[in-house]
Amino acid sequence: MRDVKLNAGIPVKPSYGPEELDGRDAAADIGRPGEYPFTRGIHRAMYRERLWTMRQYIGFGTPADTNARFKHLMAHGQDALNVAFDLPTQLGLDSDDPRAEGEVGRVGMAVDTLADMEEAFAGIPLDRVSVSLTINGMAAPITAMYYAVAERQGAPADRVVTTPQNDILKEFIARGTWVYPVDPSLRLVADLIEFSARRYPRSNPVSVCGYHIREAGCTTAQEMAYGLAIAAAYVELMLARGMAVDDFAPRLSFNFTCWGKIFEEVAKFRAGRRLYARMMRERFGAANPKSCMFRSLIGGGGSAFTVEEPENNIVRGAYIALAAALSGAQTMALPTYDEAYTIPSAKAQLLALRTMQICAEESGAADTADPLGGSYYVEALTNAMEERILAELAAVERMGGIVEAVRSGAIQAEVARQAYLHEQQLAAGETRKVAVNCHVGEARGTADHDVELYVSDAAVAEAQVGKLARVRGERDGHAVTAALGRLADEARGTANLMPAIMECVTAYATLGEINQALKAVFGEYREPVTF
Amino acid sequence: MKVLVAKPGLDGHDRGAKVVAHALRDAGFEVVYTGLKRTPEEIVAEAIQEDVDVIGLSILSGAHLLLTRRVVEGLRAAGAGDVGVVVGGTIPPRDVEPLKALGAAGVFPMGTPLTDIVTALKSRTEVAS
Repeated sequence: MRDVKLNAGIPVKPSYGPEELDGRDAAADIGRPGEYPFTRGIHRAMYRERLWTMRQYIGFGTPADTNARFKHLMAHGQDALNVAFDLPTQLGLDSDDPRAEGEVGRVGMAVDTLADMEEAFAGIPLDRVSVSLTINGMAAPITAMYYAVAERQGAPADRVVTTPQNDILKEFIARGTWVYPVDPSLRLVADLIEFSARRYPRSNPVSVCGYHIREAGCTTAQEMAYGLAIAAAYVELMLARGMAVDDFAPRLSFNFTCWGKIFEEVAKFRAGRRLYARMMRERFGAANPKSCMFRSLIGGGGSAFTVEEPENNIVRGAYIALAAALSGAQTMALPTYDEAYTIPSAKAQLLALRTMQICAEESGAADTADPLGGSYYVEALTNAMEERILAELAAVERMGGIVEAVRSGAIQAEVARQAYLHEQQLAAGETRKVAVNCHVGEARGTADHDVELYVSDAAVAEAQVGKLARVRGERDGHAVTAALGRLADEARGTANLMPAIMECVTAYATLGEINQALKAVFGEYREPVTF
Repeated sequence: MKVLVAKPGLDGHDRGAKVVAHALRDAGFEVVYTGLKRTPEEIVAEAIQEDVDVIGLSILSGAHLLLTRRVVEGLRAAGAGDVGVVVGGTIPPRDVEPLKALGAAGVFPMGTPLTDIVTALKSRTEVAS
């Protein structure tokens, strides 16, 4: 009989029985859905009362192009948006910056000023639609623009539901859209959380991401451990500012990936919810049950998908959707089958949305809360996963805690090591991938002849640069200079920078100008180059 | 043989770059990694300073044609045209020949086995010696 070991290193037995739960307190550890410690989900009736939100990651070209794609998907039943920004925007470079050449509007929507955000959300009522903003290093100014657009639409502040990703620690570990050094970057994260908690009570001012760290190579247990460690770091930041935990913790949210073995993923989320609830109550003294709820976007990881026989990714996507539903996702997003080789086509985007809808409407996965609860295997695996996650959390502590581990590069090096191990396991056939290392078809290497590839349009950059020049010409230059001056002054002090950033964006200061003003005070991050 | 694994442009995905760097190191190459977001000029300067034989560019944003051209032209302008340039990342098949025409000595699109990259660079050393 072959050995089976999960991604987290947990060995799997050929069968499980009731003895797995001996010695455990089922009421305390497993309990009921909607009850502390939320192992079985954060709501009593889960999808019977409210289905997961379907939120595909979209954005490309100009704000007008993206606006049209948003409306297309909303017309097909997508109920919330998840905005992708191009790399210059994510890094605070204006579209006419020389470093932005070739990148404007390529992997997401280009934003230079408030005028772009106004165009992107034209005709989309921000008091009714919830919008995730996949933005981190530039989360503060982009979210400020979003709040300004909502205000101009007349949306009451307490009706605005937005989730800026705003998780800079995982950017340092995995995704790379950092700009400033670690400490001022963390200050901006905290400024946005604090400002939003006070002014926009329904916004989710941070989405803590295990997702990208797993995509960069770490294991399932590490993904959850690093996510929990990052969440704890942000909680500590806010407590250090004198905020009470229950004043901000109910709006903390998460973003995790979900691919590979279905039951391992389900166990990861069940264990993660339990650990988070206990951490929030026991370590941070949260009294509000909402502060203890691990609310998560659970989406597929593009790294599950292959360039070989890309149609197979449609099937993988369906299993990912099922795993995410069984894991108790609040929001779901799926990679598109063409993601391994191109910016998603409209057809592939729609197919991903349809996959989630079929899972919701036809599969029965949404019929009852935590349908796998009580399974000998899943409960045993949840316990085993909890132990592994705790071991990884202890490893982070040995690195000096998550912030220090990021500073030193120790955690980046560990993630890279795991990525290389995974690659070796694939090459050795220990991790099986159909049409890649087993059941390899004759068409290998020629599979992508018929795929539809995204064509980047030079006219996009031209239009964007033209618009930027127009905005620069029409705005009140004195107001911009004054606002940027105030921002730089306040950056040198300790005040919350959001009001000054709001003043900059409403004066139509560009993202590049705001970034420059902050960079002049904060300096730039120097990456510890490790592999 | 010494290789500079480089991440030009703004794209922050370095899993592939680091995996390739690991594999080359295990295969006996001396490997230097630039870190993220280097400009073509910085990459050329580092290649010359480190005296590498090959630069491996890793690009996942789609801007590979522009960035490869900048690096190849930069090397030639600096009198370092003998430094080989290979490119990996999200490279669609239709761009493989154009990249070679720009001067790339090797192109490794998605799905390329690590052993193919190691073999290609080793055979380059043998040709050179």
